[in-house]
Amino acid sequence: MLGSAIIVFRESLEAALLIGIIAAAARALPRRGAWLGAGVGAGVAGALVVAAFASSIGELADGVGQEMLNAGVLFAAVLMLAWHNIWMSRHARAMVSDARAVVRDVADGRRELSAIAAVVALAVLREGSETVLFLYGVLAQGESVAGVAIGGVLGLAAGALVGAALYAGLLRIPVRWFFSVTAAMVLLIAAGMAGQSARFLIQGDLLPALASPLWDTSGWLATDSTVGMLLHVLAGYDARPSGMQALFYFGTLVLILAGMRWVRTQDAIAPPPGARAAGAT
Amino acid sequence: MARLLLLSLLVPFAAAAAAPEVPITIRDHRFEPAEVRIPAGTKVKLVVHNQDPTAEEFESYELNREKVIPGGSKASIFIGPLEPGRYPFFGEFNEKTAQGVVIAE
Repeated sequence: MLGSAIIVFRESLEAALLIGIIAAAARALPRRGAWLGAGVGAGVAGALVVAAFASSIGELADGVGQEMLNAGVLFAAVLMLAWHNIWMSRHARAMVSDARAVVRDVADGRRELSAIAAVVALAVLREGSETVLFLYGVLAQGESVAGVAIGGVLGLAAGALVGAALYAGLLRIPVRWFFSVTAAMVLLIAAGMAGQSARFLIQGDLLPALASPLWDTSGWLATDSTVGMLLHVLAGYDARPSGMQALFYFGTLVLILAGMRWVRTQDAIAPPPGARAAGAT
Repeated sequence: MARLLLLSLLVPFAAAAAAPEVPITIRDHRFEPAEVRIPAGTKVKLVVHNQDPTAEEFESYELNREKVIPGGSKASIFIGPLEPGRYPFFGEFNEKTAQGVVIAE
């Protein structure tokens, strides 16, 4: 039972932290809860499907189907997060000064929320399918259903608690800095996911590693230490990254930052309709 | 010059075809062999056959690899080229018994 609790906690932690940050970053948007809920629901459903077909997926493409799926899921999430941050850099100022201006901009807000729901669904899908496979295995080993269920729920609750704590902590940040802080966190998460997707493609021999490892900081901060794990989830920290991984990480960082800056300079020339209300106050 | 560049880009793919395969079996939540010797400086394809009915996650911080292998199925994991040394790996779902090490020499 304790074993299942610990594994489920470790698998759900990543998704829980991401949901915590995303929920905070989207706090000014109407009907946020419904969209987040839909994302979690779609992710769980997807995880069950992926787990059911895990063997056949794994055997696709000469045994590296899992890597292709993981890299694809991560890459889709990176695109959604990039879209979120670039969209936010356009609307954050209007949101801080007048939350109602955003509600008026319903069509735009709905597109942003569907991107957020997709990120949540992809995160739950990836971590969830591994959890389902693991729990199924424990059951197949003859452990009692009740024990596995209790362990699973405990682990999931602990993961959710950490995510909720992060969410509550983020809400305490003064509104003035709030969007900058969440934007920075989402940026680092997106870069980390891009690095991870590169790692899966290298593991499946679909990309060259370039240098493996490019550097080794495991003596200083190991990826399996508590701080290392937290930094791994939040900022994509890796003690032994390959050259390609670092290239993807910093490339994504630069591209999203450039996108955010570009949208801001565009708005300085011709402000979007939503920003007019903000400018008037 | 351009042709040389193109050629050098193709080298990793050409090398990929020649990556030697190293079989590893998982049985009763143990890796067999638990000690895998591979040549240093070349890419190697680990073919892990999970003969248990339950899933296992092949994981290694030193090799920077992780992969879920469902019960009764085979999975390929490419590693290297590695510097000479010891690279421990383990099965995350059964960490107590599933321990192994890759030795590059």
